[in-house]
Amino acid sequence: MSATISFSAQLINLFAALILLLAFAMLAQRRVMQLINLFAYQGLALCLSTLVVAVSTGQTHLYWSAGLTLLLKALLLPWILHRLVRRLQVKWDVESLINIPTTMLVGIGLVIVAFNVAHPISELSSTITRGTLAIALAVVMLAFLMMITRTKAIPQVVGFLAMENGLFLAATSATYGMPMVVELGIALDVLVGAIILGVFFFQIREQFDSLDIRHMERLKDN
Amino acid sequence: MISISGLIGQIFAIALALLLAPVLSGWVGQCRAWFQNRTAPPLLQPYYMLHKLFHKDVVLAHGASSLFRSAPFVVFGCMVLACAIIPALSTDLPLAPAADALALVGVFGLARVFISLAAMDVGTSFGTLGGRREMLVGFLAEPALLMVIFTLAMIAQSTSVTTIVETLAHREFLVFPSLAFAGIAFTMVSLAENARVPVDNPATHLELTMIHEAMILEYSGRHLALIEWAASLKLYAYSCLGLALFFPWGIAEGERFSGLLLAIPMLVLKLAIGGFLLAGIETINAKLRIFRAPEFLGTAFMLAVLGLLVRLMLEGSA
Amino acid sequence: MDFFVLMLAIPLVSGALLTVFGERAWAPNLNIIASLGTFLAAAGLTAEIVANGPRFAFGEQFFIDSLNVFFVALTAFVGLTTSIFSGPYMKNEAAHGRLTIPRLRLYKSMYQLFMFTMLMALTTNNLGILWVAMEAATLTTVLLVSLYRTSASLEAAWKYFILCGVGIAQALFGTILLYFAAERVLGETGNALLWTHLVEVKGELEPTVMALSFIFLLVGYGTKVGLAPLHNWLPDAHAEGPTPVSAVLSGLLLNVALYAILRCKVLADGAIHGDYAGNLMMGFGLATLLMAAFFLSRQKDVKRMFAYSSIEHMGLITFAFGMGGAVANFAGLLHMTMHSLTKSAIFFAVGHATQKTGTQLMENIRGLIRINPLIGWGLMLGTLAILGMPPFGVFASEFMILTHAMKHHPWATPVLLTALGVAFAAIFGKVQPMVFGETEAKRLPHAPAITPVFLHLGIVLMLGVYIPPYLTRWFHEAARMLG
Repeated sequence: MSATISFSAQLINLFAALILLLAFAMLAQRRVMQLINLFAYQGLALCLSTLVVAVSTGQTHLYWSAGLTLLLKALLLPWILHRLVRRLQVKWDVESLINIPTTMLVGIGLVIVAFNVAHPISELSSTITRGTLAIALAVVMLAFLMMITRTKAIPQVVGFLAMENGLFLAATSATYGMPMVVELGIALDVLVGAIILGVFFFQIREQFDSLDIRHMERLKDN
Repeated sequence: MISISGLIGQIFAIALALLLAPVLSGWVGQCRAWFQNRTAPPLLQPYYMLHKLFHKDVVLAHGASSLFRSAPFVVFGCMVLACAIIPALSTDLPLAPAADALALVGVFGLARVFISLAAMDVGTSFGTLGGRREMLVGFLAEPALLMVIFTLAMIAQSTSVTTIVETLAHREFLVFPSLAFAGIAFTMVSLAENARVPVDNPATHLELTMIHEAMILEYSGRHLALIEWAASLKLYAYSCLGLALFFPWGIAEGERFSGLLLAIPMLVLKLAIGGFLLAGIETINAKLRIFRAPEFLGTAFMLAVLGLLVRLMLEGSA
Repeated sequence: MDFFVLMLAIPLVSGALLTVFGERAWAPNLNIIASLGTFLAAAGLTAEIVANGPRFAFGEQFFIDSLNVFFVALTAFVGLTTSIFSGPYMKNEAAHGRLTIPRLRLYKSMYQLFMFTMLMALTTNNLGILWVAMEAATLTTVLLVSLYRTSASLEAAWKYFILCGVGIAQALFGTILLYFAAERVLGETGNALLWTHLVEVKGELEPTVMALSFIFLLVGYGTKVGLAPLHNWLPDAHAEGPTPVSAVLSGLLLNVALYAILRCKVLADGAIHGDYAGNLMMGFGLATLLMAAFFLSRQKDVKRMFAYSSIEHMGLITFAFGMGGAVANFAGLLHMTMHSLTKSAIFFAVGHATQKTGTQLMENIRGLIRINPLIGWGLMLGTLAILGMPPFGVFASEFMILTHAMKHHPWATPVLLTALGVAFAAIFGKVQPMVFGETEAKRLPHAPAITPVFLHLGIVLMLGVYIPPYLTRWFHEAARMLG
């Protein structure tokens, strides 16, 4: 019965739910700055949930991943993005096109799909955090949705990074974290990717005078 | 079997609701004034209002039908009934079997239908506009409220409010993520249903934005008094429901009279904090454009659905 | 010194060196010398594996067996010829003012790092590191694709990054699920992502988890292979990047991504009894093949058209591996080799042709045979080879795939034949007037490197006529490993 789930598991569930909620909030957010802040909060929630897993299972390498998450996803990347937004002066870039309620409904649909897909796996899991796998998948799918529906470059990248968050949640929740080498490699890739994208923003703006991806529809097949 | 203490408790609960509801409205108004650096009206201001209105003559519009005249009584009756079946003080109430959460939503819905019909009855443009907007808000708020209730009902495995409250008061879970979702959704629905900022503003009569006030423009005298009282009862009912569902500590169970006595100060305290927070929410939020209200309620609905899903996934009984 | 360590160290060190000294006059030579060194080391490693059998390196973190050593040799070889080709090509680009010196430096260092990430992806034993290396390969090529900094190339690079980012994220989810399944069998050791350990217990892995995991891995790495429906990045990246990059993308990166899928398929097959993984791959492969074939005829840009041709061939290869069994796997491996060699040769020829005519639009490229008979013939022969004309090697592998499909999956034959027919008509119809026909020419400031084109085509021709027995043995062993 659910009553037997321990306190730490409940905390992890709470953080996972929070991450999901933040994913939805990001989907609904129209302003770029707020979006980045939400992303930072998501990173923080991710770090805390990892920390709880680390404390309750005694896996020492998880402390490292939690620290890495905090440093990279809650502090460094949001900071870089903030700086970029200010340097590029797209602070007041407001998304105009998308119909947010519809996106939300699609998002709920995705969550249901994710839960259904992950259900058989959660049944198998013996870790204390089994339910979170479904949430992780849902977060990945929501981030995916965000990348599809957004027309500006920065929100797309935030979506990409949020997807990474979901994957990380999956890694800690389903398996108590991947081996340290792999996690370091992933973190490095994310960081390098973000930096390359930062450079990219400037080039895109130079060429298109805007960070609106809708300008980039020249390459087509016909 | 209806026990004597249960019967006393029931009568006591209704009386308390009737008495406390205007005070709660007054308290919220007072807090708002403080937040906004205004001189606060007295706590008992709503009583003075009611007293004044009850002593005034009723002026009826020419085209008003009997529906217009009976609506205030129906609405008031609905709210009293709602307050009676919500276990604000004790779960041991004779009306408890009737306290089905779905029935409760129905009672609120009945009141809404009557007041909207009455608003349209006279045929003024404001009344019709208000009635339409009220139905729009209700149409969006009700599913969200139902979803919240389903989430709770899944935890308690019953739709009876008393059972839900009893289960939640004894839960072993300390943190229900689903409850957090449901709680936020419930708060949003309550704001909309009680014509509060950010959906409506009870303190304004600006034509373009008002919902609730537009509907009752044609009422006067004791009719208006009843409607105002019903409105504060509604706020009281929602507050009590919220407190009972999400903060069920201190509610008396069983037949002991002492429990009941302890429950009253607890309830007053909780209501005071709740009212304070409500005033805070109203102060820091701007009123939404009326066309954004569906989005607000849509978010509430989404949160409620998420709560339900999270309940299924994370806290599933497997 | 160990051949393996050398093979990984040379591109890494030279990549770092080129980052610093990439603007010196000798830098292009260093690029070629480093590629040559990598190739020699890879050749030495291959000889070692052929002689002594599979080996580990750095504990159990790297593992080289007959399957991946074959890819390693191919990668190092095409890497070498492409670096030879890119020497004069990039000088011409710089002379035309399309590239500046710092961009050339970026190109050379990223090229070496790209080789490094691919070799790492091929030789690692750790499926997590495999993912990391694939992602790193994406990042380096993003910079390569956007080298011209034109709006079109930026758009292509952006699309490439976002689409592959999404795809690779799916692959990571698949990897996590795989780890999750493995951990239940192997326990919480660091070994649970090591392929050699996984393959020993593949029968005990949870089938439900593995099924889901394989879907994610297939879709994820499939994005990089160019499988439909997430193939959109591929034509853009090929058309807008520098031609040497198109050559290594088509010739190597797609192979590496497919290799990742193959490794995972072995595990999925072991866990799930039945043809689940194979059927999925056959479905994706056929859809990709068909889609690409019909898009081919609509292309106007020559590099774009050959990019679609790469998608088509990847579809065919995926289909072949999906069928499974010794013969189909053999054919698949052979076709991968043939396609890599032929397609990179074609891109070399196309690169010179576009430089000569100053356009990538096929309707403006005419009479290559007059401008430069060697380039004209190179493109013509390469096209004939890639279309599967005998006696080139592609014919042999396509023939094997077709006959095997007819025997075991007759329903797929009409689809395969239609797609190959459509592709033939489209490509041949467009290349023929490009090669023959009237034109006015201009001279290039640097003489093009023709050797790589004919070297590749020569090997393809040779393999079409005669496959040396040791190569057959090698292919057979690799095919057997794939089950």
